[in-house]
Amino acid sequence: MSNAAVTTATSSRATDAGKSALARLGAAFVGRLVIIIPYLWLLFFFLIPFVIVFKISLSQTAIAMPPYTPALDFRDGISGFFAQLRQLSVDNYTWLTQDALYFNAYVTSLIIAAISTVLTLLVGYPIAYGMARAPATIRPTLLMLVILPFWTSFLIRVYAWIGILKPEGLLNQMLLATGIISQPLIILNTYTAIFIGIVYSYLPFMVLPLYSSLEKMDYSLIEAAKDLGCPPTSAFWKITFPLSLPGVIAGCLLVFIPAVGEFVIPDLLGGSQTLMIGKTLWNEFFANRDWPVSSAVAVILLLLLTVPIMLFQQAQARAQEQDK
Amino acid sequence: MNTTWSRFNITSIVLGFAFLYLPIVLLIVFSFNESKLVTVWGGFSTKWYVSLFHNQGLMDATWVTARVGVISATVATVLGTLAALTLTRYTRFKGRMLFSGMVFAPLVMPEVITGLSLLLLFVAVGLDRGFLTVTLAHITFTMCFVAVVVQSRLISFDRSLEEAAMDLGAPPVKTFFQITLPVIMPAIISGWMLAFTLSLDDLVIASFTSGPGATTLPMKIYSQVRLGVTPEINAACTILIAVVAVGVIVASLANKRREVQRQRDERAAQRG
Amino acid sequence: MKSLGSIRRDFAPWNDPNAKPYIQFDNVTKKFGDFTAVNNLSLTIFEREFFALLGASGCGKSTLLRMLAGFEEPTAGRILLDGQDLRGIPPYRRPVNMMFQSYALFPHMTVENNIAFGLKQDGMPKPEIAARVAEMLKLVKLEQFAKRKPHQLSGGQRQRVALARSVAKRPKVLLLDEPLGALDKKLREETQFELMDLQQSLGLTFVVVTHDQEEAMTMADRIAIIDKGEVMQVATPAEVYEAPGSRFVAGFVGNVNMFEGRIARGEAGSASIDAGNGITIRTDNAGNAAAGTAVTFAIRPEKIKVSSAKPAGAVNAIEGEVYDIAYLGDMTVYHVRLDDGQVVRASTMNAARITEDPLSWNDRAWVSFRPDAGVVLTR
Repeated sequence: MSNAAVTTATSSRATDAGKSALARLGAAFVGRLVIIIPYLWLLFFFLIPFVIVFKISLSQTAIAMPPYTPALDFRDGISGFFAQLRQLSVDNYTWLTQDALYFNAYVTSLIIAAISTVLTLLVGYPIAYGMARAPATIRPTLLMLVILPFWTSFLIRVYAWIGILKPEGLLNQMLLATGIISQPLIILNTYTAIFIGIVYSYLPFMVLPLYSSLEKMDYSLIEAAKDLGCPPTSAFWKITFPLSLPGVIAGCLLVFIPAVGEFVIPDLLGGSQTLMIGKTLWNEFFANRDWPVSSAVAVILLLLLTVPIMLFQQAQARAQEQDK
Repeated sequence: MNTTWSRFNITSIVLGFAFLYLPIVLLIVFSFNESKLVTVWGGFSTKWYVSLFHNQGLMDATWVTARVGVISATVATVLGTLAALTLTRYTRFKGRMLFSGMVFAPLVMPEVITGLSLLLLFVAVGLDRGFLTVTLAHITFTMCFVAVVVQSRLISFDRSLEEAAMDLGAPPVKTFFQITLPVIMPAIISGWMLAFTLSLDDLVIASFTSGPGATTLPMKIYSQVRLGVTPEINAACTILIAVVAVGVIVASLANKRREVQRQRDERAAQRG
Repeated sequence: MKSLGSIRRDFAPWNDPNAKPYIQFDNVTKKFGDFTAVNNLSLTIFEREFFALLGASGCGKSTLLRMLAGFEEPTAGRILLDGQDLRGIPPYRRPVNMMFQSYALFPHMTVENNIAFGLKQDGMPKPEIAARVAEMLKLVKLEQFAKRKPHQLSGGQRQRVALARSVAKRPKVLLLDEPLGALDKKLREETQFELMDLQQSLGLTFVVVTHDQEEAMTMADRIAIIDKGEVMQVATPAEVYEAPGSRFVAGFVGNVNMFEGRIARGEAGSASIDAGNGITIRTDNAGNAAAGTAVTFAIRPEKIKVSSAKPAGAVNAIEGEVYDIAYLGDMTVYHVRLDDGQVVRASTMNAARITEDPLSWNDRAWVSFRPDAGVVLTR
């Protein structure tokens, strides 16, 4: 009888072992899926599209659907595919270099984005600093107040500035009423309006990383600096600012990169006089229906942004390491 | 430790918040303007809200936007959570660099590039532009934001909770659903809300990837704004702001109440 | 010559009526909102003294230190340093330096730049800074770590960098906020002696804040025991231990047995205390407490002898039962439950390897002590 019991026990243990091996296999499979699903999704919807953009940037415009040639398909078999491949050319890129409009648009976009980034930093740093020094009890509220506008439509927030900046707008009404100016300021449809729009829209992206690096900072470091004879302003430049650099870099990249390709702000606030590459691409695509040229514009824009994007990714990875 | 909250700090915060909120406040105020001139006050009126609800085009666009938002946010939350798990839990696998690049790059990628590239993909595979393509596009760019939000919670997650569950006999998948998921749930919820508002907000990517019959609200607003500022758009914007603000405030209040309750429980427990 | 404790102190300016005080807290009060952190406190510290502020967390001792450093201003009262009123002088103009509990090493600077930081603020010429930094690195034995960043150092090394940085400017007073709190026990004991040597060799005045009584006892010339923002007693370690001024101090520092009672009969310092339940304690240290006064008789465990038989000729001997025994190697601690239920703690140095009169759990035993072994407390 005892033998039988032992056998049962052994066999049940064996099934347990089998079960747990199965469970482990299952877990390994699930683990694989966790990686595979988002990986494939991003490969298909994020990476492959860039390859297609690159391919189309080498094609020619055509009055067809899709409006470019060659279509690079296999309708005529492998040989037909290779025949189409030979039709690809760098003509669009040559075109971009020959027309000063595109060159100017790229340069202007980079300059506008750079200036706006610096302005956003100048506006955002005091806010983030003030928040980080606020009593700990009200910090979450302040944080929510910074994030809240971000939850409201970007388009709406940009749109709101039209009513403020236009010649008969609220800003001019106020300035005229108080007698500061006698003639309405022309701000709407100038680069100034674009700067205001970018600083306004991207401010939370600058404030949040700055705040998180300033808030993390041990206040006793400032006390130590003062204790060693360092006046407050000097302590700021020697201790606080260098230690907030990771936040400064992250914030600047978060503002600069999207600002270079910004479309809505230059379109709504910049008017027809201003030139930025995001708007150029949009017009090329929607107004001229020139898919190959807009693809070439996108490829070059992407190349220009490769270095900042890689810097951004590195900064993210570093921040992640530090949090561990 | 009491840090000095100086007058300078208070001033910069007040000015900063005034800058952030004044345009929105003005927009809301002028949505109740009687006058058709957006910037001249002509008395209080809600007529623009009434006419808004008779604007069939806007109503249709709102319905499209809401459906795109809910579907894309939900799928993006699942995918983004998986991506966050991959980023935090699997530190060594082939192509990890590429993967983290593909998660972080869309956060800063100019929308015109994302929009154009997705459109060209849809054309290449022969997918007709419309509701489905906008939704797919929104899933793709919002899932990365979800991934970042969930990931930051996962990094601070105490792995010994999972080890304890497994030590007590729960297999990994069960551990994930019974332990990990409930703990990171707040991050997942805020990830969903972020994805939803990003989708609600998007003009550029939607303009590229949507087709006839799938005009979203931002596209509709944009086309009207180009024709000139109207109080009706102010009213539409105000409703949109109100919806989002109420959602955010309710969520954070609920969060706060949970937190307060937890602290009270802890104090009570300590008094024993 | 008789003395409290087992050391004789030659440095004792506090006993010299002509000695000039170096640091003076004059009726200092500090309030944060409606919380009073420091309450009308007065304290005098002398030059070259190693002074410890001892108390539980939240007692106000750190606030005292931070007021001296200039991070907080007193709500009322004044603080004098070498005769100068410190009110209104910002921390960066005070001739005191602080070693922070968290060390507060600048993470973006190397060890040598951390140490040089304060010297650069004074505009000291470069060669002199280099020489001083080298000297400091040698002092804390970190010469080969000069180019490292703080995160590349061990806890003990960081502590020494913080120390070097705070003494590099040769401040009049060095303030140390829980200087050894983050170190493990063994390292802490070594560092205590290093700190004392350093204070001796540099001839500085040290004010240290600590919650660790052993640390305070080891290092300090005098200890101020702080509770709820008030000074309970200022005295040398031996006085604090052997002649506590109050029940609080007796209980706060070290282990103690306390008997509540009433003076039954007293003349010229010696008295009998009726501790109830038929226990009478004879003591020589009754001070001038009058008969009938309610008092506490406090006696340290190591001054109580435990034996299986009543020692012949013992003035104070009480019978009980051995309730618990803890053998600690260097000593053995007995808990004896007296017949009235009170548990007395007694400890015996294991001066020899073999004990003649071993005790076991539940044995009947006698606790006995000399009439000068305890103190009578009226506060």
